[in-house]
Amino acid sequence: MTKLQEITSRRELFVNLTLRELRGKYKRSVLGWAWSLLNPLTTMLVYSIVFTLLGAVPETGDPSGLRSFAFFLMCGLIPYNFISNGLNGGLMSLLGNGNLVKKTYFPREILVAASTSAALVQYLIELGLLVVALLFVGNVVLPWIPVILLLVVFQTLFVLGISLVLSAAAVYFRDLQHLMGLVLQVWFFSAPIVYSRDLVDQNLRDGSFSSRLFDLNFAINPLVRFVSAYRSLFYDLRWPATADLVYIAVVSLLTLAVGFWAFGRLEGRLAEEL
Amino acid sequence: MAEHPIVARDVAKRFRLYHERNQSLKAAVMRGGRASYEEFWALDDVSFEVEQGTTFALVGENGSGKSTMLKCLAKILRPDRGTIAVEGKMSALLELGAGFHPELSGRENVFLNGSILGLSKKELEARFDDIVAFAGLERFIDMPVKNYSSGMYVRLGFSVAINVDPDVLLIDEVLAVGDEQFQRRCLERVAELREQGKTIVVVTHSLNTVRNLCDAAVWLDRGKIRANGPAGEVADAYLGEVHVDREVAEGGGGTRWGSGDVRFTAVELLGPKGEPTEQVRTGDEVTFRLHFDATKPVPHPVFGLGVYTLEGIQVTGPNTREAGAVVDHIEGEGHVDLRVDRLLLLPGSYTVSAACTDETVSHTFDHRHRALHFDVKPGTPHETFGGVMSFDGRWQIVSGTG
Repeated sequence: MTKLQEITSRRELFVNLTLRELRGKYKRSVLGWAWSLLNPLTTMLVYSIVFTLLGAVPETGDPSGLRSFAFFLMCGLIPYNFISNGLNGGLMSLLGNGNLVKKTYFPREILVAASTSAALVQYLIELGLLVVALLFVGNVVLPWIPVILLLVVFQTLFVLGISLVLSAAAVYFRDLQHLMGLVLQVWFFSAPIVYSRDLVDQNLRDGSFSSRLFDLNFAINPLVRFVSAYRSLFYDLRWPATADLVYIAVVSLLTLAVGFWAFGRLEGRLAEEL
Repeated sequence: MAEHPIVARDVAKRFRLYHERNQSLKAAVMRGGRASYEEFWALDDVSFEVEQGTTFALVGENGSGKSTMLKCLAKILRPDRGTIAVEGKMSALLELGAGFHPELSGRENVFLNGSILGLSKKELEARFDDIVAFAGLERFIDMPVKNYSSGMYVRLGFSVAINVDPDVLLIDEVLAVGDEQFQRRCLERVAELREQGKTIVVVTHSLNTVRNLCDAAVWLDRGKIRANGPAGEVADAYLGEVHVDREVAEGGGGTRWGSGDVRFTAVELLGPKGEPTEQVRTGDEVTFRLHFDATKPVPHPVFGLGVYTLEGIQVTGPNTREAGAVVDHIEGEGHVDLRVDRLLLLPGSYTVSAACTDETVSHTFDHRHRALHFDVKPGTPHETFGGVMSFDGRWQIVSGTG
């Protein structure tokens, strides 16, 4: 039996581990699931207030005509949060389940996949609420939903691929979990989530080192591509740049392939090192 | 079905003993990416086959590699060399209730744990009532398992694991849990599986388990196979070499009570030549000698012995009163002997408790629990098919017209 067959034959375990993650997370807290929504809402409020106080003018959606800093932010923040939650969860998916890894056998990839899928469930709820809120202010996103879902699929593969590497590597290098916090913070500001790309283009057109750094970042950073694709769909209500879509598809599939390969290389001594 | 559902060929497993672990990037960079560690081979070219429908034991002392071998069979550890082939559905009982989530209810955990062990939702639904009934947790099944006692936790874990209905079952001494009644039910369940023709591999250092439960065994010593064959022979070979770890037996025992009018100063086992010993053979002439010190005159005392297996099963309990050996009175130091012409205990480890009471056996002067430990090595009669004692009977065969 090949590894892939073995993994797919354990679909029920995958579902159960996902449910375990979801159920266990907010058990015994009064607000429960509301907490997972309060987090992005708070971030949105803080940034909205600060930027409005600073006199920043929100970009106008083209062709949607939407002009709201809060929505502009959410269209980038929610996809980023999925990556951030997914990777943090993925990184801990083996470390946090040491007992399972040491005492039972099943393909370990399933643990990582379950953690990604738990983050995905939360993500889908957030996106659903975003769609409802957008409809409320008159942005009819419904026709774009198939494309959005396709994007979500690729993004999930992307998160899973990185999680596979992180989960196994974190067993050997424990301080990866602390490093991860820094990386995610830098990653957050590297993409036009709280600022717009136009702002950078207007202010950094001098060919200096930092402007070239930003150009390079915008060209290769997958998060930049994700954010701009999602923002096109949700905020502007138009088809994302084809280059972005192709880049996202290629990078996601590649990441997943590398993730599986690396996991296979690293998993040999997992049970001993945990 | 395959004749040998488990085949291990030249399995070797290397462990790293880190002097200081590179678990931080700083440490990794400082040492140029290399952590200093020693390697040692926990398993060194181990090969064996397990026949279909038999119960197989991996025996050895702590650190012999037997648990490592079991984890390799369970695919939890990946051997560095060699191959392991396991055919059929396998279930491993390494730790009961591994993967239980404390915040989830017993019911949710049964489904979770069951699917970890490879059961489908449908199968679990069909067996759910059995699982809960076997664990005896009907009233508590919707409670979060963190509120369970450790016994309840383990019972539920075992109940799920045993209901997996595997072709191959791997057990790592987990049966030594729970109260006595539950342990007995576990053993019955394992016996049932045996009768159904399941292949079972047990890791143990209880020689009685090996003799009574197993068909074949492998004795591992520091990662290498020392003996491989029928369970009785391997157990004899093992016992012949290894002095069973006394601390285990002494840990919970060694208690003593009584009024102290008579105190045992020593309990000895004397071998055939009258020398104190802790090792005798089946069939030897031996003497149990109880040294006592009576602080004041004690009329008509009764002396008694209890001989137990390491599992705590009493083999015999002779005393002077029932044997009609009336002791008039004792004072000061002395000893009393129980002579045994032929010791009919089969090879194994045993403990002896000694007691001295008054005439009515209701007042205890001194009772020393597990005062003496001794090993019995193979002798005559020679039997390898389980049990603790020999009848030393004589076979007579009457066939038709010869």
